[in-house]
Amino acid sequence: MRGTVRTRRSRSILAVYCILVGLFALLPTLIVVPMSFSSVRSLQFPPPGWSTRWYEEFFTNPEWREAALTSVRVGGVAALLATILGTMAAIALVNSRRRWTVAARTFLVAPMIVPLVVTGVGVYYVFLRWQLTETFVGFVVAHTVLAIPIVVITVGASLQSFDMQLVQASKSLGAGPLATFRTVTLPLILPGVLAGALFAFLISFDEAVVSLFLSGPTMQTLPIKIFQSVTTSLDPTVAAASTVLLGLTTLALLVLGMLTYLRDKAEAHD
Amino acid sequence: MFFAYPLAQMFQASFTDFVVDPHGTWDNYTWFLTNSVQRTIVVRTVTVTLVVTALCLVLAYPYAYMMTVVSPRMRLIMVAAIMLPFWTSLLVRLYAWVIILQGNGPLNTTLDRFGFGSVNLLGTVEGVALGSVHVLLPFMVLPLYASLTNIDRRLMDAAISLGARPSVAFARVYLPLSVPGVLAGSTIVFIFMMGFYFTPAFLGSSRNSLISEQIVDQVSQLLAFGRGGAMALLLLLLTLALLGLAAWLSRPVLRALGEGERS
Repeated sequence: MRGTVRTRRSRSILAVYCILVGLFALLPTLIVVPMSFSSVRSLQFPPPGWSTRWYEEFFTNPEWREAALTSVRVGGVAALLATILGTMAAIALVNSRRRWTVAARTFLVAPMIVPLVVTGVGVYYVFLRWQLTETFVGFVVAHTVLAIPIVVITVGASLQSFDMQLVQASKSLGAGPLATFRTVTLPLILPGVLAGALFAFLISFDEAVVSLFLSGPTMQTLPIKIFQSVTTSLDPTVAAASTVLLGLTTLALLVLGMLTYLRDKAEAHD
Repeated sequence: MFFAYPLAQMFQASFTDFVVDPHGTWDNYTWFLTNSVQRTIVVRTVTVTLVVTALCLVLAYPYAYMMTVVSPRMRLIMVAAIMLPFWTSLLVRLYAWVIILQGNGPLNTTLDRFGFGSVNLLGTVEGVALGSVHVLLPFMVLPLYASLTNIDRRLMDAAISLGARPSVAFARVYLPLSVPGVLAGSTIVFIFMMGFYFTPAFLGSSRNSLISEQIVDQVSQLLAFGRGGAMALLLLLLTLALLGLAAWLSRPVLRALGEGERS
């Protein structure tokens, strides 16, 4: 009996500890929400009064709007390219049973392992000579490369549960490779592809280290604008921008959760 | 291709750019390895990284353990608490920490109210470490959970029924089985922390910068690609060496678990 009492007590200690860890993970970020409604131009906390002026600033100031639009455009195009290339790579990896598959997989996932600063220096060095810094193409190419691994991993995971005999069946019925992909493979791995695209977009949208090298006065992304605002001035426009981003992230996660739910349901029906 | 080419170019530059002899020398490496300022920075980076990794482990291990024993609904909440900050923009989270740690921020106000006096963490190594632990916690929790969830808990029950006290059963049975997860999480956190740029740039100060800030300074402010490239190459080699070490360390454990044959 003494044993169970002790186990119960250590269990509740564990539970309290975990709640504290969870709060430590969750709470600090949320501080930007009350901060963004502050009425004064300082980081005084709690704010002395409330207003929505920083949201007006964020949505009307051309610098902020330009940075946000750049981020959305770069993220959209980079996510599209990374999804197409990554999906093709993932399918190629599944189909080839050759010796170099491991090497190819390592190579594809390499951008995830190499420290971003290292990648950033290399990309900057080459892009300076190609005159791609501060250009839309430069950002898109760099972000696409960084986002491909997550697409390969996500699509690869949904290909694991994909029955390759379906492709054989489709081919034997006379469908070409492209038609097979469009009518058989793609619909079945679509949740994985969409999740990969969403991840790719988030990675591009959030990427800041390589972007820092590529950014300049004529072109910068939202994270870089945030970085520069925090280092130069302390006004709560950053808090408004952060709150908007926080809301978008929550939304993206809900969509992602729904996609996973749909996939699990589809698998349960098999 | 787009990824390998810039890296190769940079490594070439680390031998040829910014050196006295234009035919390629080790100048940039000798500069880096003999400079006492740079050595201090490397020591500081490694120290902070070790501390952050240890703290992440201490916070994450009980959390990940708890995730394996609670109900599915509770687990979803615990995952959400970790995933939401994980997918929130890094810059947003760091900005939040700037608000929290600043002189008249909530941390100081709270400590002051309870009579602890004020601490100024913004611009210190401790502040950088605190923010980093927060940012890197998910990278420790997720691999740990993935590993712990595969441990057969009946082994613990078996040990207890054979007369072992719960604490002994935990230390002798459960803990060794969790080593691969611990190694995986620690490696990821360590590698990320070594390469962190924005966290020390936001929460630290130029007096206590870490190696990534030095690389960025060399390249984007001084345009010294040779030096930056040399430092970047050393950082990359260190990262790869650590990955290799972790893989090598986890091999005997995997073999003992009977999974060695599969790989």
